[in-house]
Amino acid sequence: MLQPLRIQGTDDTPTVILDPNPDSPHFEISGRSLPEDVVAFYEPILEWLDEYAKNPLPKTVFDFKLEYFNTASSKLLLDILLKLEDMYDDGHDVLVRWHYPEDDEDMQEAGEEYADIVEVPFEQVPYQID
Amino acid sequence: MSQVLKNNYSALEFVYEFYLKMKKSNISLAYEGEITHQITKAFTALAESSMQREQDYTTVQKKVFHVMVECLQNVSKHAERDFNYYSSKDGRGIFLISKDEKEYNITTGNIIKNDKVESLRELLEKINSMTKEELTKLYKQQIREGRLSPKGGAGLGFIDIARKTGQKLIYSFLRIDDENSFFVLTSTIPRIKS
Repeated sequence: MLQPLRIQGTDDTPTVILDPNPDSPHFEISGRSLPEDVVAFYEPILEWLDEYAKNPLPKTVFDFKLEYFNTASSKLLLDILLKLEDMYDDGHDVLVRWHYPEDDEDMQEAGEEYADIVEVPFEQVPYQID
Repeated sequence: MSQVLKNNYSALEFVYEFYLKMKKSNISLAYEGEITHQITKAFTALAESSMQREQDYTTVQKKVFHVMVECLQNVSKHAERDFNYYSSKDGRGIFLISKDEKEYNITTGNIIKNDKVESLRELLEKINSMTKEELTKLYKQQIREGRLSPKGGAGLGFIDIARKTGQKLIYSFLRIDDENSFFVLTSTIPRIKS
């Protein structure tokens, strides 16, 4: 079985959890993304998804819960979404959940734009910050 | 200049004038040098804590953060390397933040090659002529079709700044010599909730 990929977030890189354990699957990218080298940071994630796509779970729910990402990261986030779109096109069940702080219009808009660009089931999920 | 600063009297005069100019222009941060990733992180952290102290709206804080990162990364990735510092990996330039009750202004200045001036001017003019909807369309097109440059630029920075601020980009070019120009860009973020 494909080993889970876990990356602990920092003040400039997001937390990444890619865990295909059938009993408790978890796919998440959260936090802040402005890595010094975006390609180096996202490459292992994209490679992991390529492997996963060969034999995915019956249903993949992918959570994006970002506070902030720079424009260089936005391009790599689209690459992740395009891989999920490919999986969906291949007949697998995929759901993207885009979480944003309820008062953050820019983050909400970013989700809406991604939803327009990729053809994959996409849910907008506002949340409250205490 | 280092000689000027060694002389007590001229140093006093120079530093005091510099101080007055900063005060008069409401400049809260001024820097000249290499724009590294560490510098970007340090400046954004400084700005964040200062905005929290002043209780700016969260939306304003986020927009300032966004614009700062994009502006600093523009300089870091695109500024022409100064021949005195050719060994450096990151571009260098000047970075200023000024603010009053109404707005934050974020300014960068850096050297670019003369042959890049026209295409940059065209891009900025194009962005400034666009409506919010047109900018969104351009952003979507660029994120889909654009490719990351070897330096990790997505070609989205200026579009993103224009969208996030809802303001025109203020820019100018000063010709330095046959090869180089100085490029200055100011982005404005209103402090009042839109």
